[in-house]
Amino acid sequence: MSMRKSWRHPMRGCASSAARPALMMLAVLFFQISPAIADEAPSARPEYGMAPRLGVTMQPAEIAAWDITIFPNGRGLPPGKGTPTDGRGLFQAQCERCHGVEGRGATAEELVGQPTPPTSADPSKTIGSYWPYATTIFDFIRRNKPPEHSGALSNDEIYALTAYLLAANGIIGPDVTLDAKALAGIKMPNRDGFLRIDAP
Amino acid sequence: MTRRWTNEDLQTAAGRGILHRRVLLQAGLGLAVASVISTETKATHEQFPKPPDTPSSPESSPEWMHTPGKPFSNYGIPSKSEDRTIRTIAANRDLPGNGVSWTPLEALEGIITPSSLHFERHHNGVPQIDPARHRLAIHGDVKTPQTFSIDSLLRYPMRSQMLVIECGGNSNAGWHEEPIQRTVGGFHGLVSCSEWTGVPLAILLDQVGVDPKANWVIAEGADAAAMNVSIPLSKLRDEAILALFQNGERIRPENGYPLRLIIPGLEGVVNVKWLRRLHITTQPAMTRNETAKYTELLPSGKARMFTLVMDAKSLITSPSPGQKMHGPNVYEIKGLAWSGRGRIAKVEVSADGGVSWADAQLQDPVLPRCFTRFRSAWNWEGKAAVLKSRATDDTGYVQPERQMLVAERGRNGYFHYNAIVAWGVDEDGAISHVYA
Repeated sequence: MSMRKSWRHPMRGCASSAARPALMMLAVLFFQISPAIADEAPSARPEYGMAPRLGVTMQPAEIAAWDITIFPNGRGLPPGKGTPTDGRGLFQAQCERCHGVEGRGATAEELVGQPTPPTSADPSKTIGSYWPYATTIFDFIRRNKPPEHSGALSNDEIYALTAYLLAANGIIGPDVTLDAKALAGIKMPNRDGFLRIDAP
Repeated sequence: MTRRWTNEDLQTAAGRGILHRRVLLQAGLGLAVASVISTETKATHEQFPKPPDTPSSPESSPEWMHTPGKPFSNYGIPSKSEDRTIRTIAANRDLPGNGVSWTPLEALEGIITPSSLHFERHHNGVPQIDPARHRLAIHGDVKTPQTFSIDSLLRYPMRSQMLVIECGGNSNAGWHEEPIQRTVGGFHGLVSCSEWTGVPLAILLDQVGVDPKANWVIAEGADAAAMNVSIPLSKLRDEAILALFQNGERIRPENGYPLRLIIPGLEGVVNVKWLRRLHITTQPAMTRNETAKYTELLPSGKARMFTLVMDAKSLITSPSPGQKMHGPNVYEIKGLAWSGRGRIAKVEVSADGGVSWADAQLQDPVLPRCFTRFRSAWNWEGKAAVLKSRATDDTGYVQPERQMLVAERGRNGYFHYNAIVAWGVDEDGAISHVYA
């Protein structure tokens, strides 16, 4: 019985005993030709027993390609810059259809609004009134916008859109040039408005 | 033959006809307990060749007993008579991949949600991922950053666990000023329960060698929103599963194929679908979905954030809005209870709006952070009633009344609504959602 046949008919049992040494040899070959495998010795964890080690070590260049995290202190922000004026046209072309004229809301949510404080009866949760960190704007645009073509905007364009939204919310002036350093330095009005419940 | 109940059988345990849970346990003796059904099942009686010599009726000798049935199928689908048991979808009309679909809780029994009816929340559609090209990267504050292919993860030791996933925004209509009139699923259906199977995250964390100073993990999906959230390492180090299977088969695309992070008891958003990256670090990223969203604004003006654990909740799935009582009779009150903190210890039911309560029967198995099915017998005499259920978990936490929750949290929190739910039953048997 060939291996292929036994695979197609699982009711007949597992691979024939003749096939097993061949499989093991393949596995050995695989390990030998994969120098990037992190550590060949199996690892043990008492509650789960022995586990193979099948991870492939990431080289620094590869990590850089994968890592798109941006932290509130600005770590991870890429080079580039933009101004509210640059961002206005981009917003009209890319965002207004869903977020409304000047970000006042349409089928997608309001981005600019009356800065109703969080204590009012009808508090607004717009960028200016609610968002604790300005870096989040850049990060979210880079991940998700425009949603039909996520990842299509250049870093300069994302800085410009971020600057436009911050200026429209009264956080920065209309002539500010936003780059990594300037963005990380912004203190949002509601920075201290949050209580961590299930986190350190 | 079914025995009629006697007055002795109908031992009342709480007001307006809630019966002692013994009544259900006696069902094995042949005591009939009716169920509320939402729609009449009308059989269609087509003409069929009658067996020549046997007297018959459409019920005693239906046509499907006289012709061969359909052949085998490679993958089964529900009966076409059940085509109304579906998820209800609400999505952005300009961006149909951004929205939710609710599980039809009122149409389901037991504790497992069929994978096809598991609730959905997508931020930018369901990615069509080629598993051969998908990788999980674990990097950051680790000794050896590594990627893992799906084929390699399938070779690791695995663990299965039956677990609830509930969206942090589930039941948020409860914050509305007026009670919303929808089915149970359309109101509370952003919660589902599956058996999840996969590789314990602890194994891979050991293999990459997590730096002792690391205390946060940023998990990221491979959808077109690259949806990401920050999670304290302590919340997932020992219990998280890198799930590859749901209810025995590979995870459905809309539920996270080929890999989903499952963290028992925590709100849905941190159970990242299409998992591609775990960034081990020492601070949260303060992403959009942990700042602008999934935070609950309090009357003080401060907002709760990283509210990760889902508190105990219960609801009666039948009788419920959209269904109708079929005249005075004995009915089974049935529902679901769960807690992100552990096992359900007790569910009480009331038919008089919470004046009096009786313990419901908890159906085995009662598992931590899993749906628990509860049942109670109710002798409805055709009078107005208000049905409620109240869950207590094994930490002693008791599901709060709505006015308590609103007094504590205000009405602008939007997320984490878990108050007691009340269904009003009027004299005609119509059922509606009430604040009572």
